[in-house]
Amino acid sequence: MSLDADEVKKIAYLARLKIEEADIPGYVSNLSDILDLVEQMNAVDTAGVTPMSHPLDAVQRLREDVVTEGNQRELFQAIAPKTEDGLYLVPQVIE
Amino acid sequence: MGQDEMKMYHKKTLVELSVLLQAGEVSSVELTEYFLARINAHDKNLNSFISVTETQALAAAEQADAAIKNGTAGPLTGVPIAHKDIFCTEGVRTSCGSKMLDNFISPYDATVVSKLKQAGMVMLGKTNMDEFAMGSSNETSFYGPVKNPWQSDRIPGGSSGGSAAAVAARLAPAATGTDTGGSIRQPAAMCGITGIKPTYGRISRYGMIAFASSLDQAGPMAQSAHDCALLLNAMAGFDDKDSTCLDKEVPDYTAELDKPLSGLRIGLPKEYFGEGLDAEVEKVVRGALDEYKKLGAELIDIELPNSGLSVPVYYVVAPAECSANLSRFDGVRYGYRCENPVDLMDMYTRTRGEGFGAEVKRRIMVGTYALSSGYYDAYYLKSQQLRHKISEDFREAFEKVDVIMGPTAPDTAFKIGEKSDDPISMYLSDIYTIAVNLAGLPGMSVPAGFVEGRPVGLQITGNYFQESQLLNVAHQYQLNTDWHRAIPEDFL
Repeated sequence: MSLDADEVKKIAYLARLKIEEADIPGYVSNLSDILDLVEQMNAVDTAGVTPMSHPLDAVQRLREDVVTEGNQRELFQAIAPKTEDGLYLVPQVIE
Repeated sequence: MGQDEMKMYHKKTLVELSVLLQAGEVSSVELTEYFLARINAHDKNLNSFISVTETQALAAAEQADAAIKNGTAGPLTGVPIAHKDIFCTEGVRTSCGSKMLDNFISPYDATVVSKLKQAGMVMLGKTNMDEFAMGSSNETSFYGPVKNPWQSDRIPGGSSGGSAAAVAARLAPAATGTDTGGSIRQPAAMCGITGIKPTYGRISRYGMIAFASSLDQAGPMAQSAHDCALLLNAMAGFDDKDSTCLDKEVPDYTAELDKPLSGLRIGLPKEYFGEGLDAEVEKVVRGALDEYKKLGAELIDIELPNSGLSVPVYYVVAPAECSANLSRFDGVRYGYRCENPVDLMDMYTRTRGEGFGAEVKRRIMVGTYALSSGYYDAYYLKSQQLRHKISEDFREAFEKVDVIMGPTAPDTAFKIGEKSDDPISMYLSDIYTIAVNLAGLPGMSVPAGFVEGRPVGLQITGNYFQESQLLNVAHQYQLNTDWHRAIPEDFL
């Protein structure tokens, strides 16, 4: 399985990763090698095999829908890159 | 024993230090100062710590001494420990080895950290690791590679390479680690220490920065199986804050340590002794197996026919889950944000492009591709089906044997830089450990000897929740060998 530069750029866009143009050939080659490795899975027929979701077949635990954590906005926003009046600031989205 | 020898605290195991503390022969403050001084003297070159938390450590040591005096101490009270920098620690930088979290001061403690704190342990600092635990050599860390204490031009293994090196160099009596595809066992083997990855769900993952959630599991790393048993007693147990943590009683992991091994059935998978295994490493492992025979165990050949697929399966499951987990790093709420973003998309892509290193980006992209529209069945579904088959192999094996043994890694520690341009050859250094994570089983690595001065690990894998048995099997070996007591020459 080999990817080309355009495919790698598309994947990078989906993953929200800026990759420098000069680094693209390196990723093309590494990612193609990794997908080649992964292709080995096709050697085994898995028709009808149940996919494993948990090693011990545990099911999702549920709990009462009640508040368990208090508001700690100031504590959490103290480590944010940019905040104002209790809000997280990002570049302008709406004109 | 002379006065000076008495004070060589780094030559003692955690269990021995615990006895000295309880008897009042040394205080926790003395021990903490002793290990902080060793870190100061040795770590500049070794690079096993990202942060050293001297002030907090001494404060915690004073509290521990008070607890010992007033009789409320447990066996771990006052013993220093280092935490892998993947565990959130309140008020202390938690970087996960990444530029992305270089400025992240965690507002809360991981459950593992708070449990060990409650047990009275003293945190010395946070250990170096591969970025977001993605790596087998500690070379992907934003903070630079860790050196192997046995041969400083070699890697310590990874991703818990800093923890393994710190314990091997005796800069800390014990450390925490995490294991997604071998990240406790492989560095333990490369550095000549003992480490155990428990059954998936045995220890809470709360506050442990997520890499691949269906595989990640925390565990202790120390000099001996007995040390690990004491640590596991404090680390294991149900936690409401982790939905995959299992609600199952925690036994006393020291209770079965002294059980004799006569009649123990040890399975030797033919796949773990075939092509790719270094001949000298094999000799060392066979030597350990001979020791087990002398202890009364029976060696039985077994097969794990699908284990050869574990590396390809892992490189779908782990990247897929990591691409989802690491989407939270967006430059909005915490961590790194790029300079002067022109718009939201520019902020996301540059923050992530600049904040993550090359290996992390590779894995995010592999995972994004595998989960993208039209590819799900060919990759993720297929990998989960094969995971089932790999687990079935183990289930059948454990009908015939009690534990499975083999080498932890196919070779000893390689040279720093040797494999950094070749991801695939790096991935293959986890070829014997990954299947255990895919099946969710407990596994450990125990020092079994040396090849050209470099440690070799024996891997012991058990059935679900058989940690007590694994520790017993390892402890009996350590009563009859002294590989685990060997200290690298530069750190004597």
